Amino acid sequence: MTISANHTAPDTAGAAPARTQPDNALSEAVKKFGITAEDYMLPARHQIQMVDPDGRLKDKGEQGTEPGHEYPVPGDTELLAAYEKLVVGRRVNDQNSALVRQGRMAVYPSSHGQEACQVAAALCLADDDWMFPTYRDAVAVMTRGVDPVQVMTIFRGDWHGGYDPLQYKVGIQSTPLTTQLLHAVGVAHAAKLRGEDTVVLAMCGDGATSEGDFHEALNFAAVFHLPVIFFVQNNKYAISVPLAHQSVAPSLAHKAVGYGMAGERVDGNDVVALLAVLDRAVALCRDGSGPLLVEANTYRMQAHTNADDDTRYRESAEVAEWRAKDPVNRMRTYLTGQGILDDDGEARIRAKAEAVAAQLREGLSEDVPVDPQELFRHVFARQTPQLKEQSEMLADELARDAASTTDSKEAGK
Amino acid sequence: MSPTVTTSSEANGNVSAATARAAASAAATAEATGPQPVTMAKALNTALADAMHADSSVLMFGEDVGMLGGVFRITDGLTATFGEQRCFDTPLAESGIVGMAVGMAINGMRPVIEMQFDAFAYPAFEQIVSHVAKMHNRTRGTVKLPLVIRIPYGGGIGGVEHHCDSSEAYYAHTAGLKVYTPATVADGYRMLREAIDSDDPVVFMEPKKMYWTKDSVDLGELRRLHEHGATAGLGSEGRAAVARPGTDATLIAYGPSVPTALAAAEAAALEGRSLEVIDVRTIVPFDDATVCESVRKTGRAVVIAEAHGFASVASEIVARVQERCFHHLAAPIRRVTGFDVPYPAPKLEKYYLPGVDRILDAVDDLQWEN
Repeated sequence: MTISANHTAPDTAGAAPARTQPDNALSEAVKKFGITAEDYMLPARHQIQMVDPDGRLKDKGEQGTEPGHEYPVPGDTELLAAYEKLVVGRRVNDQNSALVRQGRMAVYPSSHGQEACQVAAALCLADDDWMFPTYRDAVAVMTRGVDPVQVMTIFRGDWHGGYDPLQYKVGIQSTPLTTQLLHAVGVAHAAKLRGEDTVVLAMCGDGATSEGDFHEALNFAAVFHLPVIFFVQNNKYAISVPLAHQSVAPSLAHKAVGYGMAGERVDGNDVVALLAVLDRAVALCRDGSGPLLVEANTYRMQAHTNADDDTRYRESAEVAEWRAKDPVNRMRTYLTGQGILDDDGEARIRAKAEAVAAQLREGLSEDVPVDPQELFRHVFARQTPQLKEQSEMLADELARDAASTTDSKEAGK
Repeated sequence: MSPTVTTSSEANGNVSAATARAAASAAATAEATGPQPVTMAKALNTALADAMHADSSVLMFGEDVGMLGGVFRITDGLTATFGEQRCFDTPLAESGIVGMAVGMAINGMRPVIEMQFDAFAYPAFEQIVSHVAKMHNRTRGTVKLPLVIRIPYGGGIGGVEHHCDSSEAYYAHTAGLKVYTPATVADGYRMLREAIDSDDPVVFMEPKKMYWTKDSVDLGELRRLHEHGATAGLGSEGRAAVARPGTDATLIAYGPSVPTALAAAEAAALEGRSLEVIDVRTIVPFDDATVCESVRKTGRAVVIAEAHGFASVASEIVARVQERCFHHLAAPIRRVTGFDVPYPAPKLEKYYLPGVDRILDAVDDLQWEN
């Protein structure tokens, strides 16, 4: 079996033989992991699940693994750190939803129920790697180390982004679906041209896999053999439209094979399995495997946003069924059972979560003054005379407003 | 690590060896001979080669730009000179090309990308409008996108549908994009180099019917001037050019309409009427000062563009000039533009495109009596 069709172009003298590379590079890379290409390309027959919804570690034979899809259980330290982030992430989601109800924030698309995906997506990456999140991935961005209040700026309404993407190597949370996947491809391509071993994790949801940019990003990443992990959180709904209306593929992970890349599906509410699969994906990517597609099977527990009414399109019984698969409770049961987590540890983690919640409450209750002149300041690196003229017009307008307010106060005395 | 990935030092080594060769060949072709007939295509090609030579972060990619050298040959020889890592073909997907360029620019590169034809850029519209135009603003200036989107545009080549659109208004209307369009061979070189140097994203509209237009140009001299002038703030951005001085009325044009306007001014001169022709050069930012100075002097103006007139760049120019020069005007400003119809089939385009006669008719209408 060949990994991709044999459609390579002839080499030109002196040119890098980029177009003849992927076949061999992929085969060589996966061999190092004891995998044959045949085993590797298609997702395993079942999703990878290591800890079941009741918090029990499954027997190795029942984890959904098979040759080419075998994953070691991550170490205790990594799992405890992940649990802490899970608890903080859940608290962040619920605190933010509360802040929306209190009118402190315009909107918040919560990842309640998807925290295992959020946490694993950030923890699998090294400092120099990049992440490209969507609007629902605030917890992943915070887990990556971005200041929580800066992350929420986008939803508070004083600017369209609150953190420096270059400092954290995290793209601004993207609203136009899957457009950010191509940015991930470009970042990876630039890094590869400079000989850096950066891995880029690009996030999207199940509905987004219908977008054209999803296709273009996967294909570009595969053709240029780039270290990009496409991480699809299949939370079953695109606002109101269920997955069945998006795709009839056997799974979203199966879409990978059409691009000549490997795919895997994993229980998106099992942070143990997620870390195992994503850690290996990062290792493979860094070792030159080319891109990978990982589908996480999860569920959006709440409405799309506070402005949405999910009772119009789904049954509460379905939501209840998923509540039993909760990623945070599952992990707590597992770690407690393993003796990795005790009451003190739990209390320490809860306190951390409360501290972050307090930070959010304080940060978002603060009225940050907006500067009207900032409207014009960042449009261009080199401002145009037209924007200078418009900024002067607004300044004049505001100065006259201020003067007339002063006048009427004087008159009222 | 995959064998395709070179280490940083190897990459730099390759780049400097290749760029040394490029410099040598560019110097040989351009500098030894002084002014000589040069096509706009050659000027653009030389600008790309010089920019890639000057800065190893400048990359060129798109459809057919590698081995073929582009369907208009604007990237001819770049892959051979700089290697497949710096000038390369992509899969056939315009949104992918622009989106990948955004990511590359985020990560330190200065990509130049080619949309093969005006209408083929439309699949990339979301990336251009939602990200290229907005990233700098969204990130309060922390993320700059120094990328150039080259788009051959306009008609007059007998092209079939989807190959002749004048799409500049879409980009000019989008806040956050700069829109350049050269109308001379020398500007082809100068403005493309400036676009590549710019830290703002530039939509670089190339008048495709002028690719084979020749002017006597000294590319070596232009290169030297670029290296000194660009850093001295003497660039073309926001600077219209007086393409032909005159006293009676002002013709305002850009890109492919500039030669048409010049031909109309030549014909008018034979009839004893002196028309000044302004070449807008950069639609965004627009040079209000130069245009208005001319119109205040002449008191009459006609704006000429191939694009449909309704809600167009020509409309914007009329509005701006009217707001600023109302009391100097002897007549309403006229527009001569394409009709508000889809770009016509080749045998009909001569009826659509602004021509000398239609321009002179508009000039005649500028209330010359009294």
